[in-house]
Parts: sequence; C-alpha cells; structure tokens
Amino acid sequence: MLAYIVRRILYAIPILIGVNLLTFALFFVVNTPDDMARIHLGAKHVTPEAIERWKTEHGYDKPLFFNQVEQGVGKVSDTLFVDKSLKLFAFSFGQADDGRDIAREIGVRMWPSLAIALPTFLVGLMAYISFALVMVFFRATYLDFAGVVVCVVLMSISGLFYIIGGQYLLGKLWHWVPVSGYEPGWVGIKFLLLPILVGVVSGLGDSSRFYRTLFLEEIHKDYVRTARAKGLSERAVLFRHVLGNAMIPILTGAVVVIPRLFLGSLILESFFGIPGLGSYTIDAIQAQDFAIVRAMVFLGSVLYILGLLLTDLSYTAVDPRVRLE
Amino acid sequence: MNGLALHDLRVEIAAGERRLAPVDGVSLAIGPRECVALLGESGCGKSLTALALMRLLPEGLAITGGEANLNGIDLFALPERAMQRVRGGRLAMIFQEPMLSLNPVLTIAQQIAEALSVHRSLKGAAAAEIQRLLLAVGLPVDLAASYPFQLSGGQRQRALIATMLAGEPQLLIADEPTTALDVTVQAQILRLLKQLQVEQGMSLLLITHDLDVARDMADRVAIMYAGEVVEWAAREALYEQPFHPYTQKLFSVLPSTRRRGERLDHIPGNVPPLGTVFPGCRFQERCAQAWDRCRHEAPALYELRPGHRVRCHLAVEARPGLSRPNLPQSSEVEPPADQPALLQVQDLAVHFPIRRGLFRRTVGAVKAVDGVSFEIRTGETLALVGESGCGKSTLARGILRLIEPTAGSVWLAGMEIGRLDSEALRRKRAEMQIVFQDPFASLNPRMRVGDVLEEGMQALRPELGRAERKALVVRLLGQVGLDASAALRYPHAFSGGQRQRIAIARALAVEPKLLICDEPTSALDVSVQAQILNLLKDLQREHGLAYLFISHNLSVVAYLAHRVAVMYRGRIVEEGAAPSILSQPLHPYTRLLLASAPGQGLPQIAVFSEKFAQLGCPFAPRCGDVQPICAERNPSLDTWQGRRVACHLYG
Amino acid sequence: MSFRPEILWSDALLFLLLAAVLAFVLHVRRHEHLRAPWLRVAQSRMGVVTAVILAGYAAIGVLDSLHFRPALPVAAREPVQYGNEVLSVLDVLAEPLRLRVETTYSEPFALHLYAKENLSLPDGGQMRDYPRLKYGGAHLADTAGRAGDIAWRAAVGVLWGAGLAFGFWLLAALSQAWRARGFVPAITQLLRAPEAAAWRTALVTLSLLLVLGSVLGRLSLDYHILGTDKVGQDVFYLSLKSIRTGLLIGTLTTLIMLPFALFLGVAAGYYGGRVDDVIQYVYTTLNSIPGVLLIAAAVLVAQVYVETHPELFDTAAARSDLRLVFLCGILGVTSWTGLARLLRGETLKLRELEYIQAARAFGVANLRILSRHILPNVSHLVLITVVIDFSGLVLAEAVLSYVGVGVDPTMASWGNMINGARLELAREPMVWWQLAAAFLFMFVLVLSANLFADSVRDAFDPRAGGRA
Repeated sequence: MLAYIVRRILYAIPILIGVNLLTFALFFVVNTPDDMARIHLGAKHVTPEAIERWKTEHGYDKPLFFNQVEQGVGKVSDTLFVDKSLKLFAFSFGQADDGRDIAREIGVRMWPSLAIALPTFLVGLMAYISFALVMVFFRATYLDFAGVVVCVVLMSISGLFYIIGGQYLLGKLWHWVPVSGYEPGWVGIKFLLLPILVGVVSGLGDSSRFYRTLFLEEIHKDYVRTARAKGLSERAVLFRHVLGNAMIPILTGAVVVIPRLFLGSLILESFFGIPGLGSYTIDAIQAQDFAIVRAMVFLGSVLYILGLLLTDLSYTAVDPRVRLE
Repeated sequence: MNGLALHDLRVEIAAGERRLAPVDGVSLAIGPRECVALLGESGCGKSLTALALMRLLPEGLAITGGEANLNGIDLFALPERAMQRVRGGRLAMIFQEPMLSLNPVLTIAQQIAEALSVHRSLKGAAAAEIQRLLLAVGLPVDLAASYPFQLSGGQRQRALIATMLAGEPQLLIADEPTTALDVTVQAQILRLLKQLQVEQGMSLLLITHDLDVARDMADRVAIMYAGEVVEWAAREALYEQPFHPYTQKLFSVLPSTRRRGERLDHIPGNVPPLGTVFPGCRFQERCAQAWDRCRHEAPALYELRPGHRVRCHLAVEARPGLSRPNLPQSSEVEPPADQPALLQVQDLAVHFPIRRGLFRRTVGAVKAVDGVSFEIRTGETLALVGESGCGKSTLARGILRLIEPTAGSVWLAGMEIGRLDSEALRRKRAEMQIVFQDPFASLNPRMRVGDVLEEGMQALRPELGRAERKALVVRLLGQVGLDASAALRYPHAFSGGQRQRIAIARALAVEPKLLICDEPTSALDVSVQAQILNLLKDLQREHGLAYLFISHNLSVVAYLAHRVAVMYRGRIVEEGAAPSILSQPLHPYTRLLLASAPGQGLPQIAVFSEKFAQLGCPFAPRCGDVQPICAERNPSLDTWQGRRVACHLYG
Repeated sequence: MSFRPEILWSDALLFLLLAAVLAFVLHVRRHEHLRAPWLRVAQSRMGVVTAVILAGYAAIGVLDSLHFRPALPVAAREPVQYGNEVLSVLDVLAEPLRLRVETTYSEPFALHLYAKENLSLPDGGQMRDYPRLKYGGAHLADTAGRAGDIAWRAAVGVLWGAGLAFGFWLLAALSQAWRARGFVPAITQLLRAPEAAAWRTALVTLSLLLVLGSVLGRLSLDYHILGTDKVGQDVFYLSLKSIRTGLLIGTLTTLIMLPFALFLGVAAGYYGGRVDDVIQYVYTTLNSIPGVLLIAAAVLVAQVYVETHPELFDTAAARSDLRLVFLCGILGVTSWTGLARLLRGETLKLRELEYIQAARAFGVANLRILSRHILPNVSHLVLITVVIDFSGLVLAEAVLSYVGVGVDPTMASWGNMINGARLELAREPMVWWQLAAAFLFMFVLVLSANLFADSVRDAFDPRAGGRA
C-alpha cells in the first residue's frame, strides 16, 4: 500500500517536469522576453533601451539556459529557466507585473474561491445523485422521460445564461440576494448563495444524466437480479445494491476535482466579483500578466496530479477488490 | 394442492406492432420433494419460464397468460409487495454465472444476512444461522467475512445457494447452475443440490441443456422446443424410450466412446427464429418423420401413457412404412503409424511475470505452461484435456507464437518455430492454424464472409490471383457445407454453428497441416456440436489434417481423439491412447475427471482444499492417494505401461 | 461587379471537412452494415427533425464561408483593384441587413433609437428626444400603424415560405417519380407509405423552417427584428454571421484533433508496452494543465506573435481567421485526450478478441490489422464522441470569448455578442435583445446537436439501446 502511494508520487514527477518544460517553451521560447516587453510597453514606447529596462525591472534580463557571463554553477543556475521555471517546483512563483508577490496573493485569494467551490461541489454532488436516483426509480415511465428531457435542455443552455439570468431574476428583479460582491465571514453568506446556486444548476443536466446511465448500467447486472430474487424491496435494491456499486465510479470520478476546487471558477468569480483565484487568473489573462498565468498553470497541474492520487486512494477505500488485492 | 402447478404460461415481448412469444403455453407440475428438469437448447424459452415464475422477467417482457400455483398461492395474481415476501422465501432461484451473481462489494455474510432479515426475524441469532447455512453448503465458516472476488467459482455458487436457502424455500429454481463450472466442481455442486433437496424437503426445478445432468438429478423431465414443452415424462421412461423425434435426436447427436467409428446424427436446419408463424408442428421442418398432418395441424400434448405426454402426432397416429434413417457409417480413421511427428513440442513453458513493490520488480512468475512435451503425427488427433486455468489455451497460443514462449522449443514439419525470423515465421503460419471457442468473437463483424476467408490467402498465398481467391472461397464454403452466396454476407446473418464453420473454412484457406481447435464446440448446442464434429472428422480423412483438440468435454474427446493428454496446472500429468486412458485412467487427477463426468449417477467426490502446494506435486492437496513423497518432489512425466504418467504411484 | 474568390484557412478546412463527410456518406451507402445504424437514426423522429435543423445552420455557415473580395470602383481601362474588405455570399444575400446601420442601440421592431439625442426642429430650435431610426420602419409615415404593418408583412412572409415549401415537396415527389412509376403514385407514396415516414418528417420540418425563415426574412427587410447593437449594427445579421463561427469551432476542432486521437489512442492500446507508456504520459501531462489556462496561455502567445508579425496578414479577415483556426487547434489539443483514452481502452479489449488473434495467426501485418480490424470496430465510438463533443465546443466558444481568449473581438460570434452586451446589463432600462438573440441562436443549435447526438448514440451503441 505504501509502496503503491510512493510509486504514484514518483510517477507524478515526470509529468510535472513535462508541464514545466511545456510552459517554459510556450512563454519563453516561442515568444521571447523581448516580445513580452514590446506588448507591455505599447507600440509608441518601444526602444531598445526601454525593452532592456522593462526586462531588468521584471527579472527577464537573463539568458534562457546558459549564462556565459557567470562563473561555475552560475552558468547554469543564473538563467531564466532556473529562475522562472524550476523555481516553480519550490512553489516560488515570483512577482506579478504589478510587483506583488504571487504566492502571497494565492494564499489570500484561495479562501474566497473555496467558499464558493466547495459548497457548489458538495451540494451539486448530492443534487445530481438524488435527481438521477429519482429518474432511475421511475425508469421507463413518463417521469423518467421528462427528467431526461429536462437534463438535455439544461445541458443545452450556455452557462453564461444561468449567471446572467440568475443575477437578473434573483438579484435585480426580486432583490433576494445581492447581484455581486464579497465579504469575508458569516455576513458574506448572502453573497455566496447565488453563485453556488448557479454553479449547481449549470452542472445539473450533464451530471444527472451521466449518473442515470451509471445507475441503469448497474441495475441490469446479474447481482441486482439476485438481490431481487432474495425478496428485497425495490427501494432496498436501489439503495443498497445499485447505489452502493454505482457510487464507486461516481465518488472516484468526483474526487479528482477536489484539489482543483482551490483554483475556483473563472467565470463565476469574475461575474460575481469574488476576489478569488479564478478572478485573479482571468484578470491576469486580460492584463497579459504571464507570470501569474504561468504560476496558475503549474499549480493547476500539481493539484490535478494530487487529484489523481486521491482517486487511486479512494478506490482502495471504497472498493474491496482493489483494497484487498 | 401441493408443490408447483404451472398452467399454460405465455411470455411475450412487444416488438413494434408484433407480439412475439418466446414462451408459448408451458405447463409443468413439480411435486413436493421432487426434482424436475426443464431441458432444451439455447433459445427454447426455458430460462424465461423460470424468470416468469419468479416474476423477474427482464424489462420489455411480460407474462400475458397462464397460472402458477405454489402450495396454494397464486403467484401471478399476487401484488408486487406480497410477491417480494415469496421471492427468496417460498420460492428461490440460483443463476448460471456465479462470478456475476453476487454483489462484489458486500461480504458473503452481509449478503446472506440480507435475505435473513427479509424472510426471518432472527435478530441476534442471525450470525449463528449464517454459520449454519455456510456449513450446510459445505463452505468453511471463516469465509463469511470474505468478498466474492476472494472465492473460487464453486465457492461462489455455494455461497449463492446458501443465500437462497436463507428463506427456507419450498421450491428452488436452479438455472444452469453448473454450466460455467469445471466438471469436478459441477459434480460437487450437483451433489450438494440433490442432498439439500432431500434433506430440506424442497422441490427443485433444474434448468439445463445437458441430458446427463438431468439424468443424474431429475425425477421427471420436460423437454422444451421453440417455446413449448414437447415431451414430459418420468426420467426412466424418457431415458429408456424417448418418443418425440426431437428428444430422440437429442440423444443420437451426443458423441461418446461407443460412437467412435460412426458419423454422429444431426438435426438439419436451425431453431426457428422468434416470431415464426407455425401452421403445424414447430419441429416439422427439421423432422425426418414429418408428414402432411404435421404441416397443417399443431399437435396437442397427447398422453402416450399415464405420466408420459408427447407433443407429436405419432402418439395418436401410427405411421406405417416409416423407417429410421440409416446413418452413414464411416470407418474409424487411424493415422498412419509410420509417419514422423508433424509437431514436436519440447519442454515448452510460458510464464507471466508477477510484478510487485515500489519499482514493479519481477518477483515471480505465473507458470501458465510449465515444461510441456508431446508430439502429433500427420492425420492424428491429440486431445488436450483439463479444467479452466490449467494452461491449455495458453499452450495453444504459445505453440503458434501468438504469445512468445518463455522456454522450450516447438518443431513443425522439421523446422523450429522459435528460431524463425519474422518473415519466415509469417510464411510458416500457413502450416498451422487455429479455430477458437467463441463463434461470435472469432469473426470481425465489419467484414463480409468472403473477405474473412480471403484475409489469410492474401497474407500467406500471395501467388493466388483475385479470381483464384474467389473460386477458392466458393470451394471452401462448399467444403464446410455453406452456400456460395454466404461470401457476400456479414457474420451477423449466421448462427453460432454456421459461424464456426466459417471459422474452420478460414483456417483451411491457407491449407494448414496442423489445426489447433480451442474448445471449438463448447459454446454450441449439442445438435450443432454434432455437425462440427462430423465436419472435423471428414476434413481429417480428406486432407490428413493433424488436430490439437483442446476440450474439457470428455465425451467429445472420447469420440474424436486418437490420443489424450491431461493437463493440470501447466503440466501434462498423463498422456496415452484415448481408449486406454478413458477406460483405465492411471493418474488420480484423470480418475477424478472421469468420475466427475455427469450421467453416471452422483458419485461421492471428496472436496479437498483448492489451494495448491508450492512444493511437490501440485495435485497433492486434492489427491486421495497422497503419499509423503508427494509433498517433497514434483513427479516427472515417465513412461508406464505404454503411457506417460506424472505420479509417484507409478514407476 | 467583378470579384476575386478568397479562400481563408478556415474555409479551406471547412471544404476539406465537407469533402470528408461526402466521402463518408458515399462509403456508408455502399455498405449494408454501415447503413443499418443510420437507418435507425432516420427512424427516430427526433433524429430527423434535429438533422434538418442542423442542416439549416450548416447551410448558412457554408454560405458564409464562400468568401471573395469585390473589385473597387475604378476608372475604365485601369487595372482592376480589389479592396481589403472580404465578403461572403451570405453578406451579399443579406446586404440590406448588413448596410442598414443605425447610430446606436434600438429595440427589436423599434422605430426610434434607444438613446435620446439632440434633434434640430424644423423651426430651428433644438430638443432632446428619441430620434426616428434611419432604416428600421422608415417606410411608415404613421408610427401607430406598426402592428398592422408587421402582421401584413409577416403574412406575406408565410406565403413566400409556403410557396417555397410546396416547391420542395414537388421536388421530392419528382425525384421519386421514376422509381414509383409515375408522379401521382410518387406523391401518394410520399404522403402515405410507412417507409417514407422519415422523408415526411424531414419535409415537414423543412417546411416549417422555410416558413419561419421567410417571415423573418421578410420582416428583417424593413425592421431590425432583433434590434441593433451599440454601433447600430443589426443584431439579427450578427446572429446569422455568428453561426459560421460556432459551427467552425464545433467541427474544425474535431477535424484537427481526430487524426491525433485516433492514431495515438489506437496505437497505445494495440502495441502496449513502451508505446503505451509514452502516449499515456503525453496525454496525462496535457490533461493535467487546466484546459482554460492552457488555451489562455496558447492564445496569449499567439496574440503576441500576430502583433509582432503584422506583415504576414494582409486583411483583418485573414488575421481574425487565423486566430480562429489557431483556437480550434488548441481546443483540439486539450480535447483529444478524452477520445484517445476511450479508444485506447476499446482497443485493449479488441486486441484480445479472437478475430484479431486469428488475423495474427495468419501473419497479417500490424498496420493492416489496425486498419481492417480495429479501426472499423471503433469507428462508432469516434462518431458518437464527435457528435457529443460538438455542442460542448459551441458552448465553450462563448465562455472563452468572455474570458478574452476566444475568437478575435472583431469577429461575429455569440461569445462576443454576450461579452459586448454584458457591459450594458446595468443600464436602465436593460439592453436585453443582444443577449437574448445570442442565447437563443446558441440554444437551438446546441439543443438540436444534443438531441441528434442522442439519436446517433442510441442507433450506434448497442448497449445504450432503449435506455434513454
């Protein structure tokens, strides 16, 4: 078991190195720091001196891989690759274009993100499973058919519509909740309700329909027939046997996203003015702040790999076949 | 009213506008403490009859007629809630696939406890009852906390039986309970069922396709064909004097030692597809004795004599001048004795590495095939016999180098296959071909039959032109008894037996000298099996083919093989001429296999541990004649009275 | 008017895709077992209706992909000069919509602008009021007659549409006339025969679409039926132009990623071992980067590239077109992993099947086994995935454009429409029509695609049969 975990962690290292190299190539090789400086300075102010000054100010005034000027180890270590890419492994993200420390910003902004993402995830999971179970319980009836139709319609609506519609109806028209904003602590709950509701609803169609197929797949298995042959009621069959077994793919499929909840949702946070990591990222993209984007890409990959690890662990927790073999 | 009385059951599928009836007017009666076998080939409606009794028909099917009365309860009239109390209580059912019929994430004890909690209010005594049930089905008590995947197939079927006994049923339905099991395990499970039936005073409805299993178990037998019961009689009467032409055929298509020299009888045509409209008798198209009346008038279930009913006009109208068809006798093909060996296998081994630990290091190996040697001569059939997992299929693939062997050598017609480079091996493949078990998986569904047959020719006989290939396809189809028009159709248009013929034709297309048949008939009904066996015999006589015939079915082996090799855990434990091995087995494992074959009453077969020893003879833990030396040294395969045996008892 | 055809990158790819679809259709027609599932799709009414709607969208998209540059008006005998403006056939057809630009917002069917302006009165004085629109309803002398005028024009539109629809019915009957031996039997067959049910459904749907289209078309000649946007452009025209963008994002992405997904997925499953390790590594690595961020990073990089190399692009259309193609490419990179993984799993299963073993026993070459045995048997999975992915991609375009990493801001797209309208949400009273138009056009397309995908999946996936 321990060996298994250690092996999975070791397996993650080459992937992170791959991500690192890829982003480095994207940000420094395809586009040189000179290009970046030109964009930031704007067409009018581009002079060779201005470019050099911008590069020095933002720490881009080094060679990519090999520093001729330095001595000894410095030849390799005092380079952009080490400075901007390898240091990510130590979670040292450097500074944003406005001079603030990215790591500190992340530490502060992840909490508002979590405040939205975690409840959305939990409430959503329960809502989707319940809705799917209801459809399965009434399978092959008009209720089931209507449920599927609702799912397909919900799936076909752009997520942006839910946000705008929700803000208009609940915020502007009915004044139930503020349209947007954020406040830390319990008083801020009123700001969270709408984003959470919108987050849950926008995933409802897709997920419930998927879970329904999982349940239906399980319901046609031989052991479910055995359970019925034992004389169990339909409810007992559904909850104990079908749900019990279908929960394995559902839970393990859900676990993979848990670490990434920290990153928040780009769209939700930006629309609702939540000062989380999602809106941080979107602002960075719009301001073309490459340092932040690079940091978020790396962080996202780390969290994804963590999610994969958690998935494997959750399998061993819920499935005796994996646990005991 | 005692026991079960089923009257005129009809099960329908709604298919668009039409209503198809896979079960069409089935009546049965099962007395208390009686075992009735419902016997028939696949698709005859026997399983649906059972599921209808449980009211567990799959979605889309419904009971549309008939009555079922179990000890005074009208099963089909009960509301669903009341039916739940009957299911698993008075009426219980076990299924064919023990691997799939238990919930994989619940322990055995939990699954039994569920049934107990529904049907019996035991509370604290439940744990004791679970233990009693496990003991009753011959499982060690400490398996209660195990999950199904930790159990062997036989153990799972026992666990399933224990679950179903929890409600103390009056009638147990067993739907092909041993079809997925090895013959030795089958014997144990059948014996257990019989013993439980007697001890608990249950009725047993056994659904099976196997005449021998029915003979061992049943008091009365119902034969089904195309949704109807065609013969219904006490066991003795049926087995001594089967009356219905279909029943007679079922007996005459069975291979056995006695029939070695003969061609097997067969039933022409196929089972009529669902939805066929029958103006007369459902069997008449395939019946050699049918006459005018059979075509226009559907026969009733006539009472031939008390207790023996037959759905055939012959029961009421004598037909003079009708002679039993004469079967063409073919003389036994003996391989020419002086031929050199076509295939020589020496110390062949196929090991699969077991990787463990941090760096997935190889810590050991599964020795699927562990040092096997034998020879086959031109025109000879060597049967390879053994239980599932003994390595016989891996051996076949190792010989063909579909899997790279770990050690040993294979010589085919004087050339060592293991040393050939890839191009030479490719050319050599024309001399050795394989026919697989599953006729549905062995043909690409997206290729026309003609293209399937041409594939091998294109790869291995590039000298053939397009026209020559087409001509050869037609000839091959003729050889395996199919029409030339088959070449233009896709595999889904053919039945299992026809597909297996196509698979044989595909192998023959490259004119092999050796044909490896990996359980070619085990997925087929007996009537179709007979056709395939006849075909294989004909081909051997005409082309002098050598067969490596892999099978677990001893009567097929007895009919077809010249020599037999018995495999156990990757090794051959006994090898010799077929008649002598089958009549006088030496190795304890061969003796066990032969004794376990159904149709000889229910022999007492000792249940030994299914674990196997790391040292010494791998069979020792199951062996009745075990000696001290067996635990120390694995016996080698030595010659003993004209055979080779690997056992410390001999030599 | 002389013109010069202009084939943009995305046009070329779209025509390539159309050619591939055409070849696929011809191939399917020739093979009975390939035709069978499509016949099942045709049997489902939902499948036929949605297919017709999708075809309607596709027709507009294709019309909008036939690009050209009109000649500039020059004096006679001078060499012909072509402008920098790239137009499409759709632009020509919808010329009244394209050219009738107001000054700013106006509501659907409005006669007045949505903003007050200083108006000079005939007597020389000035007042602040909502001015009449230059084009919308300009023919009306009396503003009170608007409702009647709309109803009248709509009725004319219905007649146009009915006439067109009737033509199509006649055409369908004529095409069957030789087979049905006579025109009258062909018509009765078309109206009655159970095997013509799919054609009837298609023709009914088409007729309704034609009537609806004619009504909208007729009305849009005199009114801005979906209002105008901030710079006074007709929103209906923008919505139509956005169809091409949405369709291209949904299809070109697939076209670009499909070869990779097919090749890598099948190779990983079939060869196993080291090949599998490498391919799995590649897709786990790509998968581990959050999709939006990877797209954002790539688009930012591309943007920098375009801005620093202006000499490579001679027209604005070419620039925004390249960005579109690039976006499709990068979307393809992020979305091929799912299909590749699916194909890998299926190939692993197929590899062990006996017919593949039989082919190997004949010494059939690996590439041949891949092309003759594996590919045909995973093709249904590919088809189902492609159809299902389409709607997700159309929706993704809107989100990406909002984030600022979607298509070029100057390109007509639903995402850009939503993004532009979002800023006006706070305005009182609200400017809602731009949002509504974008959501409506997107919803109809995505819903049709989803329902069509369901029909396709039910017909092609034996396991899903009768479940949904």
